[in-house]
Amino acid sequence: MGFAYDFDWGVLWRQPYGMWLLQGLWLTIKIGFLAWIIAFFLGICVGTLRVTPWRWLRFIAAAYTELFRNIPFLVQLFFWYYAGPMLFGDILGRQINRIMDLNIYVAVIALGLYTASRVAEHLRAGFASISPDQYQAVLSTGLTQYQMYRYVIIPYALRIIMPPLTTEFLTIFKNSSVAMTIGVAELTFQSYKIDAETFHGLEATTGAMAIYLILGLTVVRIMGIVENKFKIPGMIGR
Amino acid sequence: MFDAVTNNIGFLMGGFLVTLELTCFALAGGIILGAIVGLGRISKRKWIYYPVTGYVNFLRNMPLILVIFWFYFVMPIIAGRPLNPFLSAVISFIIFEATYFGEIFRAGYQSISKDLSAAAYSTGMTYGQTARYILVPIAFRRMLPSLITQSIVTFQDTSLAFVIGLQEFVRRTSIVDNMEVRSIQLFGFVAVVFFIFCFISSKISRHFEEKGRKTGLL
Repeated sequence: MGFAYDFDWGVLWRQPYGMWLLQGLWLTIKIGFLAWIIAFFLGICVGTLRVTPWRWLRFIAAAYTELFRNIPFLVQLFFWYYAGPMLFGDILGRQINRIMDLNIYVAVIALGLYTASRVAEHLRAGFASISPDQYQAVLSTGLTQYQMYRYVIIPYALRIIMPPLTTEFLTIFKNSSVAMTIGVAELTFQSYKIDAETFHGLEATTGAMAIYLILGLTVVRIMGIVENKFKIPGMIGR
Repeated sequence: MFDAVTNNIGFLMGGFLVTLELTCFALAGGIILGAIVGLGRISKRKWIYYPVTGYVNFLRNMPLILVIFWFYFVMPIIAGRPLNPFLSAVISFIIFEATYFGEIFRAGYQSISKDLSAAAYSTGMTYGQTARYILVPIAFRRMLPSLITQSIVTFQDTSLAFVIGLQEFVRRTSIVDNMEVRSIQLFGFVAVVFFIFCFISSKISRHFEEKGRKTGLL
C-alpha cells in the first residue's frame, strides 16, 4: 500500500494562509527584538557583576547564569507563564492572568532573561581577553571601578565579542519559536496552524523554514555591516 | 507542600525516563553522525564538502521545534505509514544535533597538526598506530569539554519533543498541572531536576577543560 501524498504548495500563498505566515514572521521579529533589548542590557549587568570585587554580587551573578543556563528554555517559559502569576498571590495573580496577550509578554521576558545569561557569559570571556595591564592603566588615570567598566572596559569588551553576540542574536529568533507552546502566534505556530486547517503541514513547515533561512541570512548580513563599523582591527574574537 | 509532585511521582519520573531514553538515542546517533559530518566538513572533495556544509549551515539556521515538526510531517510520507512520536523525535534529534556535533568534530580534527603525525611516523609508527595511539586520544581529549557541553544542550533540547505529543518529562508535568493546577511546585520540580543533572555535567565539562588547559592540550 502506498501512502499517497498530494503536494499542495499553494497553501504558502493562498489566502488567508500566506498572510498567516507573514503575520507570524512579524511577531517573531518583534519578540526577537524586544527580548534582545532585555537580554543585551541585563546581560551586560550580570556579566559585569561577575567580575566585580564584591563577593556577594559575584555570587548572585554566577547563580543567575548557572540557573538560567542549566534549565531548558521550555521549562523556564512554562514556569513564568503558568507559575509566574501565582507567585504574586491570589488577587494580583488573577489580575495578571487577565492581561491581554499575556503570553506574548511572558515570552519576551522569559526569552530576554534566558538570553541575558548567555550574553553575560560571552561578556565575561570578553573581559578575560583584555589584558590586566589595561585595567591597571585605566585605574591609574584616576577613574573609579565603576567608571572604568562603564567608559572603557565594557565598550571595549563588547566590540571584541561581536561575533558571538551575532550568533546569540540569531539564536534569539530561533528560540522565539518555543513561544508557540504557550500559544504565541509566531512563525512556527502559524505553520502548525496551517497544518491543523489544511493537513498540509509539510508544505507549511517547509515554507516556514525558507522564511527562517531568509531571516537568518538577513540578520547575518546586517550584523556584518554593524561588525565592520565597530570592530577593533586585530582584536575581534572569532 | 509538595503533594502534587509526590502524588504523581511515578507518572512524572516515567516521563523523565522517556526524556533520558530520548537523550541517549539522540546522543549516540548524533555523535556518530556528527563524527562523519565532521569528516565531510574537512573533505577536499568538493562533491562531499559542499553538500555537507550546506546541510550543516541550513539546519543550524533552523529552530529545533520547526525541524521536529517537519520530520513529524515528512516521516509518514517516506515510511508510508504513521510513525510514533518517539521514533520521529529520535530521527529529528539525530539529524539536528549531528550538525552541532559535526562542528565540534571538525574543530577537533583540524586541531591536530601535521607535525604531530609526522613526528609519530618518524618514530616508525604505522598509520594505524599513529591514529590509534596519538591522533585519536589527543583529539578526543581536546573535544571532550565541548562534547559534554553539547550533550547537556541535547538533553535540554529533548524537552521540545513536547510539541509532537511525546509524553516526556515536561509533557507529563503539564498533564499533571492541567488536573492539579499546582504550577509553582510542578514546574519548579522539573526545573530542579534538570538543573541538578545539567549543573553537575557542566562542572564535569569544566573540570576536563581546566585539566586540558593545565597540561597544555587546549
